[in-house]
Amino acid sequence: MMPLKKSNHRSEKKIIPLFFSGMTWFSSVLILLIFLGLILELFGQGQLAFSTFGFDFLTNEVWNPVTKQFSARAALIGTLVSSFIGVMIALPVSFGCAYCLSEILPKKVAKYITAATQLLAAIPSIIFGMWGFFVVVPGMANYVQPFLKWIFGDVPFLQLLFSGGTFGIGILTAGIILAVMITPFITAVMQEAFSNTPAMLKESAYSLGATRWEVMHHVTLPWVQKVVVGGVVLGWGRALGETMAVTFVIGNAHHAGWSLFMPSNTIASLIALEFPESAAGSLKMSSLMALGSVLMLISFIVLFCSQFLLRQVFKTR
Amino acid sequence: MNTRSKKGLKVTHNHHMTWRFIKNRLITVFAFGTISIMICILLSILASLLINGISGLTFFTLTHMTAPQGMDGGLLNPILGSAIQVGLATIMAVPVGVMAGIFLAEHGRKKISQIIRFTADIMMSVPSILIGLFVYIILVMTTGYSAFAGACSLAILALPVIARTTEESLNIIPPAIHEAGYALGAPKWKVMLWVCLPAARGGIFTGILLAISRIAGETAPLLFTSLGNSDWSWDIFKPMASLPLTIYQYADSADDTWIKLSWTAALLITVFVLCLNLITRMYVDSRRKRDQ
Repeated sequence: MMPLKKSNHRSEKKIIPLFFSGMTWFSSVLILLIFLGLILELFGQGQLAFSTFGFDFLTNEVWNPVTKQFSARAALIGTLVSSFIGVMIALPVSFGCAYCLSEILPKKVAKYITAATQLLAAIPSIIFGMWGFFVVVPGMANYVQPFLKWIFGDVPFLQLLFSGGTFGIGILTAGIILAVMITPFITAVMQEAFSNTPAMLKESAYSLGATRWEVMHHVTLPWVQKVVVGGVVLGWGRALGETMAVTFVIGNAHHAGWSLFMPSNTIASLIALEFPESAAGSLKMSSLMALGSVLMLISFIVLFCSQFLLRQVFKTR
Repeated sequence: MNTRSKKGLKVTHNHHMTWRFIKNRLITVFAFGTISIMICILLSILASLLINGISGLTFFTLTHMTAPQGMDGGLLNPILGSAIQVGLATIMAVPVGVMAGIFLAEHGRKKISQIIRFTADIMMSVPSILIGLFVYIILVMTTGYSAFAGACSLAILALPVIARTTEESLNIIPPAIHEAGYALGAPKWKVMLWVCLPAARGGIFTGILLAISRIAGETAPLLFTSLGNSDWSWDIFKPMASLPLTIYQYADSADDTWIKLSWTAALLITVFVLCLNLITRMYVDSRRKRDQ
């Protein structure tokens, strides 16, 4: 580039640029290495459990430290069901929030309410755990669960879901807390997507006499559907790995049944609870690591899909 | 429309119209309902924190250490432990994160940087408990529980956030600024360090604050790395207390004074995190206003 100056360059003048680009290379490859290391190390440490129990690790339901039998099914089902409940509640709520904030409310008001909902996303997960344990659980035990029992208690099939004692804890409560935690994320993605819809499309629909809901339903939603799905899946990925909030309210029992009121377990809360009682190098520790790698696998797939969807859409527009 | 029906014309069309509008109105009501539920939840969390935590927020609590059950204790060592670990994590994560952000901004289209960007995005949502397990395998199995290991796990959590925000704020710098630097004859690294980074410092600063507010309340990774400590500890190579761990241990106990202390700790963390968020939000807003 600069042939005139090149002759004056001393060798040390090449060291600094080399050092600088080396640093940037090192730092960014470090992120990749940490990620690969995370996957490999978890699977490596879980190897003992995988080789001992084989495929039964995923399908058995026993978790018995005395007989040294460990398996993932109860926790796996608990994780999937509680996060599914979370997403099912969060989806309509965050759609309502995003619809209200981006289409109905005037910009000036919406700005403050958006800030308020985003504050909810900033609150640490252990605070949600405490709030859930001391505020939501008594409410569930005294009002919501008896009410649900009263409604669905005699309906065939559905009564299975709502049987059991009304202690307030359980999968349903965990799902509700998870819904509260992921709603701000999904709302943010949806709001971003709605505001990216070309104004011309919306205006032409309005000029045909469409109502606000018809514009949303027939114009905006088809336009943004991939982003919305990506956002929902992203929220699901976050719900899968939530630890502290769930640990407080799920009740922690190695049990997977139909009832939403019974105490259950998730992979993350099982790891958090059992870890301090496991000796390094033991089969139990290895089983926890194996559980961790199962969780890693699930959340990697989910997060990969969500990033793929979100990326694809933002690239084309 | 009434006139039409008086003439005996079909009113099905009219009926359809009203149902459309009713549906629109119903959805609007639903949307306002969801918004108010979310705001009520936020207020409920803040109110329960304030009601239960404010009475513990005394000079005594802030200047005394945690005590055994039955004695009056404070939160001094968890507060300091949290500050030390979060500070250490920030010191570790910021240079690496900023460097990685520079790399991503510089080699935007290359295959390797696309892979790294994708990895960083996934890392942002990877369950934090798994990061804790990873640091446990790497550091704690070899050197034992320590505040340093805790800080490492927090740094890993902060790293992708800082890298991505740095990249994004470097990307929006006008190319003319780069060119002006090159025109003066500066080499690439000097342009990056002394021209582009200062120009993007607002965005980078915001990213760092967001990363801090994210790691300040993290509990799960600390369970396996810094373990917690009920004593005074300056040594970063020993187990150390922290506010989230104290909340986790105290909230489950049956002792009322401990539960009260954990509410106070929760209030402290939440106020800290919310303040950081409000500062960044106001900062971003004021910059946006200035740019317009």
